[in-house]
Amino acid sequence: MFSLDRDGLDRLLRLLADQGYEVVGPTVRDGAIVLDRIDGIADLPAGVREEQGPATYGIVRTGDGRLFDWAHGPDSGKRFLFPPREVLSATRIANGDTAVMPAPLPDVRYAFLGLRACDLAAIEVQDRVFMVADPAYRQRREAAVLIGVNCRLPGSTCFCSSMGSGPRCTIGFDLVLTELEDGFTVEAGTARGEGLVAALGLADSTPDEEAASLAVTTQAEGRMGRTLDTSDLPDLLYRNREHPRWDEVAARCLTCTNCTMVCPTCFCHDVVETVSITGDAAERSREWASCFTEEFSHTAAGAVRHSARSRYRQWLSHKFAAWIDQFGMSGCVGCGRCITWCPVGIDVTEEVAAIRATDGAVKEEVRA
Amino acid sequence: MTAVAVSEAEVLAGVAPRIATVRRIVEAAFETSTYWVTLDDPVDRAAYRFRPGQINMIGIPGVGEVPISVSSDAALPGRLGHTIRSCGKVTNRFRALKPGDKVTIRGPFGRPWPVAEARGGDLLIVAGGLGLAPVRPAIYEAIRTRDMFRRVIVLVGARGPEHMLFRRELEIWLHWMRFRGIEAHLAVDVADDAWPYTEGLVTSLYPKADIDPKVTTAFTCGPEIMMWFAARGMVKLGIPERRIWLSTERNMHCGVRLCGHCQLGPYFVCADGPVFRWDEIGHLMGVEEL
Repeated sequence: MFSLDRDGLDRLLRLLADQGYEVVGPTVRDGAIVLDRIDGIADLPAGVREEQGPATYGIVRTGDGRLFDWAHGPDSGKRFLFPPREVLSATRIANGDTAVMPAPLPDVRYAFLGLRACDLAAIEVQDRVFMVADPAYRQRREAAVLIGVNCRLPGSTCFCSSMGSGPRCTIGFDLVLTELEDGFTVEAGTARGEGLVAALGLADSTPDEEAASLAVTTQAEGRMGRTLDTSDLPDLLYRNREHPRWDEVAARCLTCTNCTMVCPTCFCHDVVETVSITGDAAERSREWASCFTEEFSHTAAGAVRHSARSRYRQWLSHKFAAWIDQFGMSGCVGCGRCITWCPVGIDVTEEVAAIRATDGAVKEEVRA
Repeated sequence: MTAVAVSEAEVLAGVAPRIATVRRIVEAAFETSTYWVTLDDPVDRAAYRFRPGQINMIGIPGVGEVPISVSSDAALPGRLGHTIRSCGKVTNRFRALKPGDKVTIRGPFGRPWPVAEARGGDLLIVAGGLGLAPVRPAIYEAIRTRDMFRRVIVLVGARGPEHMLFRRELEIWLHWMRFRGIEAHLAVDVADDAWPYTEGLVTSLYPKADIDPKVTTAFTCGPEIMMWFAARGMVKLGIPERRIWLSTERNMHCGVRLCGHCQLGPYFVCADGPVFRWDEIGHLMGVEEL
């Protein structure tokens, strides 16, 4: 571990900017902590605390100088590495000739500051989806510097310790910071991170600082807002496809797609085609999509999932079960954003627990 | 099931759309036509191969893409037939195409019909409605390698005579198939006076086909409800679940397990399917709206 003071953090941000990175970090906008381009330490949410709960999010200004005493806003790395809308190819139609040109690879280099353990785990999850098959994602991902910050105050909807992804950052970071009473401890996870440490000329941290750093996440673990029992989870969901709880949750679910938009791992997207008004140029792009819409499963024979029940079941079963079959890991990192940003406060941990409590129950029409 | 990553070569072949020219448009049934296309690039055209049952993403620039299985003979990959019913935004625009117009092709994608698995025994093909299109390349392959099988049986059903795919060529085709030792039977749910074959569901042809379950490998394709009854009927006859194969349909946007639309339980239909074995997905097909 190394020691970093607050000036050092500012130097780190300037160093990254000098190296040509677009520095993205937490900042307050529209009453929430969002990830956006930051110019320096002054843009960070100093003294800001969050109040999170099902369908509840608010920020409180305490006036103290602590920079990272919050869990996370609606944003994660997803919005940058897998942008909400991205052009895939352009088509020109001229004199009866049609030519398709793939979009040029992105040349943006992001340096993320303030990703949480759940966000870093989510990037690992999306890597398994996009890394091989998507050159643009790979380009952005390989160019990016990821700087995590360990959580001291998890939100009341957080359950990363149940999903094994936090609260301490253990994978996927170049650097990880832990905010102490005065300054930070720094750990490097990659050669790129070690290079930054060397460039800043950081000194080794003291044993006291290291103990304090570990204590931050040990205490955070105790402050975790929620838990989720993951034992036998894929089979639990697979064998309860006709559980009455799906109807119960569907009666509350608005199928608004908020949960899939804030989820840092949800990767489903539409490929859409737009054409110029003159008809001689067309663009194919992809846009975030959600399995909560009816058109998501549309085929020539109509939508496969027309009820809210089937769409909620698809989302939850994919996240916690099918994802493991598909990618060898859970699709949920336990960040709890889907609970916070659900307008009616549907809580995935509660839904799974309810199914587990009445494992094997079958809704009446199916039993008959 | 284990997740299979898509290889880089597949991605390059699959993600980049290739321009193709419409050569011929042949009406195949009610609101349905076969669009014959050739790839414009001569190198692509010479290198392109597909296997029976695989899908292409075929698109009209500026309109969109649809997943369509290739319905032509895999031994002649220079000309690709796509049989498309016009029923949506993109497929309705196909009706306005004329020979010489440009389309885009990505593919082929997905798991093909395991035609070789039926060798040495009987191959039973059961198609319903548009489902004849995805199995047609398998029938061509069976005709080509007829000696590899003991019997080849083709059962085709449709809602009515006007929905029977490839009706015009089917008459010729039937005689041709009989000549090559292929048993074919047709049925429509509701016949008209001119219909000379069976009236009833495609499964009502099973007794007529005199299926020997011990040596039969079956492929079925059609509306999901039809496949459900066709496959369960086969199981009832005693065909092992591991030798019943079916081709499923889902919404698809990418073809390379990226977009998420085609999921069916743990599977991505575009890459893990569209052809599945009954013991892989039978239990999933029984769940409504999965």
